[in-house]
Amino acid sequence: MATKASRSAARVMMAPAVILLLGWMLVPLIMTLWFSVRTYLPLRGGDLGFAGIDNYIRFLTSSAFWPAVVATLTIVVGALLITVVFGVLLAILLDQPMWGQGIVRILVIAPFFVMPTVSGLVWKNMFLDSVNGLFAHVFKFFGATPVEWMIDKPFFSIILIVSWQWLPFATLILLTAIQSLDSEQLEAAEMDGAPPLKRFWFITIPHLSRAITVVLLIETIFLLSIFAEIFVTTAGAFGTKTLTYLIFQRVLESQNVGLGSAGGVYAIILANIVAFFLMRIVGKNLDA
Amino acid sequence: MGRITLDKVTKSFGATEVIPPLDLTIEDGEFAVFVGPSGCGKSTLLRLIAGLEDVTSGTIRIDGEDATMVPPAKRGLAMVFQSYALYPHMSVRKNIAFPLRMAKMAQDEIDRRVQGAASVLNLTDYLDRRPGQLSGGQRQRVAIGRAIVREPAAFLFDEPLSNLDAALRVGMRLEISELHKRLATTMIYVTHDQVEAMTMADKIVVLRAGHIEQVGSPLELYREPRNLFVAGFIGSPKMNFIEGAEAAKHGAHTIGIRPEHIAVSESEGAWSGRVGVSEHLGSDTFFHIHDTGLAETITVRADGEVGFRHGDRIHLTPRDDVVHKFDAKGLRIA
Repeated sequence: MATKASRSAARVMMAPAVILLLGWMLVPLIMTLWFSVRTYLPLRGGDLGFAGIDNYIRFLTSSAFWPAVVATLTIVVGALLITVVFGVLLAILLDQPMWGQGIVRILVIAPFFVMPTVSGLVWKNMFLDSVNGLFAHVFKFFGATPVEWMIDKPFFSIILIVSWQWLPFATLILLTAIQSLDSEQLEAAEMDGAPPLKRFWFITIPHLSRAITVVLLIETIFLLSIFAEIFVTTAGAFGTKTLTYLIFQRVLESQNVGLGSAGGVYAIILANIVAFFLMRIVGKNLDA
Repeated sequence: MGRITLDKVTKSFGATEVIPPLDLTIEDGEFAVFVGPSGCGKSTLLRLIAGLEDVTSGTIRIDGEDATMVPPAKRGLAMVFQSYALYPHMSVRKNIAFPLRMAKMAQDEIDRRVQGAASVLNLTDYLDRRPGQLSGGQRQRVAIGRAIVREPAAFLFDEPLSNLDAALRVGMRLEISELHKRLATTMIYVTHDQVEAMTMADKIVVLRAGHIEQVGSPLELYREPRNLFVAGFIGSPKMNFIEGAEAAKHGAHTIGIRPEHIAVSESEGAWSGRVGVSEHLGSDTFFHIHDTGLAETITVRADGEVGFRHGDRIHLTPRDDVVHKFDAKGLRIA
């Protein structure tokens, strides 16, 4: 794209794609903003006119709002911690030469291909069920009382399910990063007198910092909006109502589109706040 | 102190024997160069000495003590890698200080040594930069700095100049030689470049397929190569080899004559041939002579001002006192 002519030609040719993408984003965003200032009750009279900021005030002052924010952040932070820590360890393990490496790597990635609804149901019914689940059988085998996972440890259960889904993603990204680590650097550190743990801490972890940043950012974006896992397991009970789930309830269960839309705008704001802090904390890894 | 002795050291990767039993002694303070074509096992040998590879059998002694099973960090050796292996996320200062930090040295002693190394290597202005912001030669110096702060018993260099451009390589070659003179520490240097070997070494070890072909000072190897391989490897341009009747005259299977030991003349000489490509270096000119009836090409070094043209017929006269004679097995005949 050297000349002026080719630059403007490029702009013209890219325009349809840009306009389509922009429309794709802007139309729902503007509709959400529009509905959020309307009193819109589909089964109770439809659009009942302008509501001002009533929806925003009602959503924010609802007793379910702050617990929902806390629940969202708990799940996001929990899943991030587990996937990054175990992702690094698994990536190092998979980087070791071993027999059947190709098959093992494919198997490790497999959970990523399972749909969230399916994995939620499988975990709920086959692993965490207090009568028939695998964990219950193990507990009974050792003479312990099976835990009612979904009731007693709802957050732990959901974080477990979500982490299981996202661990492959983290492992995959971190594995490719680890493979690009120059082995001479590790050997140099070995000659310099760094034992294995220090080599891991001073050489491997800094090398992975950029990949970890990418994992954190991408996972945060997706984890802030998890829905299916909660819908099929606790259905928002036992304090696991996230912001996304709360909006779903407002729109579909209470049939209040205006209130739900206001919640949607809060969700956008929350996502931006989280993204801002995340970029501040880890963003310096992305430049240089 | 840094006297390194290898006693019947072997190395195999699976069923492949890379280093057959090998004995070698490197004296304290010596600059030893391992040289050989790629894949001759010279880097493997260096890594065995460093401890980055385990020997299959045999003993490595450093200052008389058995170091065969000692981990690399405890051998008191420092290594400079081909890729420099600097830690990219650390500043130059932290890179150089890293081995001292690992040794849990006091901070003021670390600072003192880093400053010392930096001033020796002209890195004082770059201490707070990252390796990514340095040129190739500066990175090389940081890698050397990281090695010298440890005050090791010996330095190991694994083809340290192969990533530099030609001009810088000559400069770094001098700097490393200078450093060796100043520190008087044992250095082992691996290279495939015979010019580096000739210019830097006290002792050259020529390797082929894991075997030591010859050990000696640069001039010993140049004057009395023990076999055809060493004769062909040491010296630039390569020695000319002549077989057949001309060799039989000297009572040998093959004779070798270096390009610089052949006189050229327009009118008279022992051999004659047609000039092929001439390489003009200014100070010297290398002529590739064809159709001599002796070998496919004979390379001759002449003065830079000698101006034969492509296709000219010229006459060659070897200096009889520096003709190298080899038997049918390729070994030198004394």
